[in-house]
Amino acid sequence: MNGRATKHTVEIYLNGQPMATGARSVAELVDGQSLSGKKVATALNGHFVPEAQRATTELHPGDRIEIVSPRQGG
Amino acid sequence: MNHHEKALRRSDILTVYGTALGSRMLLGTAGYPSPAVLASSVKAAGASVVTVSLRRETAGGGSGERFFDLVRGLGVHVLPNTAGCRTAREAITTAQMAREIFATDWIKLEVIANDDTLQPDVFGLVEAADALGRDGFKVFPYTTEDLSVAERLQRAGCQVIMPWAAPIGTGQGISNRRALQSMRAYFPDVVLIVDAGIGAPSHAAEAMEVGFDAVLLNTAVAKAADPVRMAAAFASAISAGRLGFEAGLMPPRDMAVPSTPVAGTPFFDLERKS
Repeated sequence: MNGRATKHTVEIYLNGQPMATGARSVAELVDGQSLSGKKVATALNGHFVPEAQRATTELHPGDRIEIVSPRQGG
Repeated sequence: MNHHEKALRRSDILTVYGTALGSRMLLGTAGYPSPAVLASSVKAAGASVVTVSLRRETAGGGSGERFFDLVRGLGVHVLPNTAGCRTAREAITTAQMAREIFATDWIKLEVIANDDTLQPDVFGLVEAADALGRDGFKVFPYTTEDLSVAERLQRAGCQVIMPWAAPIGTGQGISNRRALQSMRAYFPDVVLIVDAGIGAPSHAAEAMEVGFDAVLLNTAVAKAADPVRMAAAFASAISAGRLGFEAGLMPPRDMAVPSTPVAGTPFFDLERKS
């Protein structure tokens, strides 16, 4: 990180894809994806994370996060 | 009171989970040539409910927002689905996410057993319906025509049961009419909606003639050469089928019976050659 002290990062899976993120919570992850305030919903390791709990839901190595939004459906 | 009379008590206005619907046609929103054609099709159908889904969003979003705004602009009830879910756990989580996004406790519950038939996994379905019912959801379960499964769903609190006509996206029409008739007779007070496998307006009319309360379809409209006209065609067929059911179909006969009166037939007293 430009010679600074090593930044906090955690290896997670976002929507099935591995990624390293500096986000500490689901809320920070959503924000990092420029999805704050958008019509999205989240799940952590298969369990729903309500919007009100995103900020207090911490990310840990290996976590699987889903961020979904409305789509066409039958 | 037989099942026909009981069904007629719900005549005209269909009520699901306490909500009166202005139309007996529920329309899916997937696979249209464009958002504009989708919107025009929903209008042409006069559909009271549209189904929607949730899918993974990419950084920055946008597509989800646009679709959400389009659907909200239609002014109809939104029924989110759990399409693609393979387990009760997946379906439950998807339902919870859908409730937050769409601000509705309605959920079209799909738990799929395998990719080739897209048939419902009825065990996972009952498990998820039970959990969602206890969590305050109003569940619209996509199921088979099996009566014992439907009974379990009803016990789980489902006031609506949605058996398939044929596998999703096949357009084969009603594969097992007798089973659907049995279902209608066995559940005179449950809202029954045929969901999936409808290919032609006549299929939808048949479902309504059998006494089903509504029809849910998507592909037959979305993939028509002219989806807007097809949406109107389905709306007419569903109205005609319902009217036919309400009017009471004549029972089939094994032998011909002349419709024109026999009495007074000219030449009746002449000896006929053959």
